[in-house]
Amino acid sequence: MKKNSPLLGIYTFLIFLFLLGPLLIISATSFGPNEVLKFPPDGFSFRWYENIFEVDMFMKTFVTSIIVSFAGNILALLLGVPAAYALSRYDFKGKAFLNAIFISPVLIPGVVFGFTLLKYVIVTFQIPIYAGLLIGHTVLMLPFIVRVIASSLANFDFAVEEAAISLGAGRVETFFKIVLPNIKSGVIAGVIIAFLESFNNVDVSVFMTGPGVSTLPIQMLTYVENYFDPTIAAVSVLLMLLTGVLMFLIERLLGLTYFTKR
Amino acid sequence: MKKRYAYGLLLPGFLFITVFMIVPIALTIGTTFFKDRSFSFEGYLYFFSDPFFLEILWTTLQVAFVTTLVCNVIGFPVAYYISKLGARKKAVLLALAIFPLLTSAVVRSFSWMIILGRNGLLNDFLQGIGLIAEPLNILYTPTAMMIGLIHLFLPLIIISLVGVMENIPGDLLEAAESLGASKIKSFWKVIVPLCVPGIIIGSILVFVGSLTAYTTPALLGGKQQVISTFLYQNAMTLNDWYMASIVATIMIVITFIVIGVMNKLAAKLNPKGYAS
Repeated sequence: MKKNSPLLGIYTFLIFLFLLGPLLIISATSFGPNEVLKFPPDGFSFRWYENIFEVDMFMKTFVTSIIVSFAGNILALLLGVPAAYALSRYDFKGKAFLNAIFISPVLIPGVVFGFTLLKYVIVTFQIPIYAGLLIGHTVLMLPFIVRVIASSLANFDFAVEEAAISLGAGRVETFFKIVLPNIKSGVIAGVIIAFLESFNNVDVSVFMTGPGVSTLPIQMLTYVENYFDPTIAAVSVLLMLLTGVLMFLIERLLGLTYFTKR
Repeated sequence: MKKRYAYGLLLPGFLFITVFMIVPIALTIGTTFFKDRSFSFEGYLYFFSDPFFLEILWTTLQVAFVTTLVCNVIGFPVAYYISKLGARKKAVLLALAIFPLLTSAVVRSFSWMIILGRNGLLNDFLQGIGLIAEPLNILYTPTAMMIGLIHLFLPLIIISLVGVMENIPGDLLEAAESLGASKIKSFWKVIVPLCVPGIIIGSILVFVGSLTAYTTPALLGGKQQVISTFLYQNAMTLNDWYMASIVATIMIVITFIVIGVMNKLAAKLNPKGYAS
């Protein structure tokens, strides 16, 4: 194995500085005492973290984001797990087409989906905005659920399932007692990845706003346009902590090689 | 018998996606071909004959193209370096690349507002060392958008490329060099062709992602419009849903053209599919 050249190492360090530097800067500014975003900060203060709780809309939209992401995740699981199972377990006519259908939400530009959802689901069919958010996020999460779980099932030996059935267990019972436990870590990882996609989403959510309804990222966008103080930096730090924790969980469950084997 | 199981299991998800995504999109596309209840291309003629719209489209394509190109050029050496590391260090660097990828685009774009603003870090630094007398206008320009988008998508390129580079046997390079090829020649003749699948996949993700991104252009672009912010403006501010539908259709068409072309390119450039 050839050794890496030192020049390449320095270059790589600089690139990672480019990738991570801004996040470190935003973290530092969140602890500044002043009303301007300043780096390095003049002092140390938790003022802007406290301010998050003063601004009503941050807490409200955070709750909305959590609810939509969790509820949407449950819906996506209910729709996605059976689909992933079918796509992995059986060969049948139209399989490639159906697989493409389940992956297609990833290919459609988010703003296009958000706009069409607003136009037809909410305006034409008069479905409430909150439900529209839920529907939109469920569709967004489905490809990730299906893909992660299908790849977990790819590592499962279906002969075990056949054995259980031949010994008299019903098909549904077999699924919940044999198959599901074996792909448990894949399911949990899929849930986390889908959750992050949903929680961080802006493209679709930005069309699904109304009186008293909005998600946290949209609230952050709105806040930045009207105020430019370190509160957003503080919210950003909290979101990065959330991301870090969830990423750690993904690493434990799947290994990060999931991201390089696409 | 088993087919019925398969179709039954797929039906709920299929219906959900069809009813809430595919049908609304199909209807939206359909409305763009009708004006006052008769079939017409009027909307498209209007869009493509107005310099204002063409400017927005052109800016969008330029930004996406430059972002993709820069991400590949910057990301390639990094991916190569990572792929040659031992397992532990590789895992750490991959984690550091993946972390920004999973972080909210609002957070990442906001961080560049702090750095690129008139009173931002970059201007402070450049004025501090005496390189400039007046602050540069970077924020709210296409350049700012590109920087934000490169930051957003660079990890995708790195990850795509590491995925394929890991599969290149080290002795291929040694064989090439022992047969007289210089390091530079080995690089272009051996490594680059084998990485084509990773380059293509990464480039599709980055180009389409940049083309359709909303958050970063909205925060860093200011008044400068790209096609996604233009769609949003027409839909939500101007309430011109007809124009918004046309823009939406154009976005979809461009997306699928890009994906189609890149896949064809991948097939042509790497017919043996050594690394894929």
